[in-house]
Amino acid sequence: MPSFQRVVGILILAASALLTGCGYNDFQRLDEETKAAWSNVLNQYKRRADLIPNIISTVKGEAGFEQDTLVKLAEARARATAITVTPETLNNPEAFKKFQEAQSQLGGALSRLLVAAENYPNLKANQGFKDLRVELEGTENRITVARDRYIKTIQAYNVLARSFPTNLTAMMFSYGTKPTFAVENEAQISAPPVVDFTKK
Amino acid sequence: MRLASKYIAGAAIKIIVFILWLCAALLGMGAYAQNLQPVPALTARVVDTTGTLDAAARQTLEDKLEVLEKRKGSQVVVLIVPTTQPEDIVSYANRVANEWKIGRKEVGDGVLVIVDKNDRKLRIEVAKTLEGALPDLAVKRIIDEALAPGLRSGDYAGGLSATIDALTKRIDGESLPEVAPKQSSGLNKLGEGFQWMDIAIFMLFAIPIGGAIAKGIFGNKLGSLVTGGAVGGLAFFVTASMALAGIAFVVALIFTLMSGFSRIATGARGDGRGGGSYGGGGWSSGSGGFGGGGGGGGGFSSGGGGDFGGGGASGDF
Repeated sequence: MPSFQRVVGILILAASALLTGCGYNDFQRLDEETKAAWSNVLNQYKRRADLIPNIISTVKGEAGFEQDTLVKLAEARARATAITVTPETLNNPEAFKKFQEAQSQLGGALSRLLVAAENYPNLKANQGFKDLRVELEGTENRITVARDRYIKTIQAYNVLARSFPTNLTAMMFSYGTKPTFAVENEAQISAPPVVDFTKK
Repeated sequence: MRLASKYIAGAAIKIIVFILWLCAALLGMGAYAQNLQPVPALTARVVDTTGTLDAAARQTLEDKLEVLEKRKGSQVVVLIVPTTQPEDIVSYANRVANEWKIGRKEVGDGVLVIVDKNDRKLRIEVAKTLEGALPDLAVKRIIDEALAPGLRSGDYAGGLSATIDALTKRIDGESLPEVAPKQSSGLNKLGEGFQWMDIAIFMLFAIPIGGAIAKGIFGNKLGSLVTGGAVGGLAFFVTASMALAGIAFVVALIFTLMSGFSRIATGARGDGRGGGSYGGGGWSSGSGGFGGGGGGGGGFSSGGGGDFGGGGASGDF
């Protein structure tokens, strides 16, 4: 009788060990982690979008500033904020790509504005504009860190979803891999930068 | 037949060698791609890998930082490096800060002041906890008004000292959790990453099974004691708390004893062994956890709680 109990006990222990071994809990944990990392990315993008009206109103005060740049920035912001994102966006590569494109256009419009601002000494000396630039820089840094962390959590999740034997668990519960950030302008980065010393 | 097997073996060896070579080549490429500046060892509150500061100036800065940590608990570290190339100072600072994790364990209040001497770049990296006390704009102002002017005139000690004063003033204005008396962190580190749910599930299976086995070997009462002792010892080892361990011991003891009654009621008696073998008592296992402490006195070590999300500001001089 005790030996029978022992056998049953060992079987139960083995079963629970197997359940842990097949990574079900890991999937749940990493899934939550990717969601949290994603929320943080969204948070920082929102922070950037919230800064833009201030930047536009500050720059507007500068006489003769290129209206075209401002209009494009406002449009890019409108497009980026029009896209509603939810945690489910993570499981939808297409929506993810759209979001990513809108944000990258917004980033482009912003940097064009900052480049244009270089030609306006008054604007550059304006304390309000200086402060906004600091805010913007900090926000861009935070975006970079948040994206970096998102990429890392996604990597851990995707490795789990694709490697043996946890991929069997993924198959059973139909957990797919999740999309990650690609470099937005790969062609531009691969080209060697043009260094121009005549400006300074 | 023999020839064929020899041929196959030869081909297999060739393929394996080729794969190994490929792997080695890829490994080399990987190492090449990550040719970044290494993170210096965090040996003191002021880490100067360039030898710019003399011993006296360093000591003055460190004393200031120590006073701040004693009073508010926040950890501020100054790092001077020759260069951060090929990375820019922003990503280098973030990498170093997150590796060092400056800031108290549960609070995470850390600041890293970093000077890139050859590229003449500056950055003050602020942990998330202190982003309220030190918003980017305030940090930028500290850089522009205290740090950069000092460094520009070549007075590193003065610039850094003024920076520390400015940072201290802002950190003092923030209400942070009180400084806790120093405690040994060896066991806490062990318990880190341990999930309560896992423990609970483990206990759910382990106590009845372990109890049944222990009672099979030691008899009813002694078996229950052994199970209780083992559970208590385990709880102490994981939580480092005598009270929790005691509760776990009592619960496990009662549980195992109760399950014994049901066995007696159904007539399935233990096989009357027990009594003789006192050898492997569970009591002693609790003491195994005591060794971890110590090593608290003297020197500086990171609290390990700082989480740096890219806050702070940069500048040049």
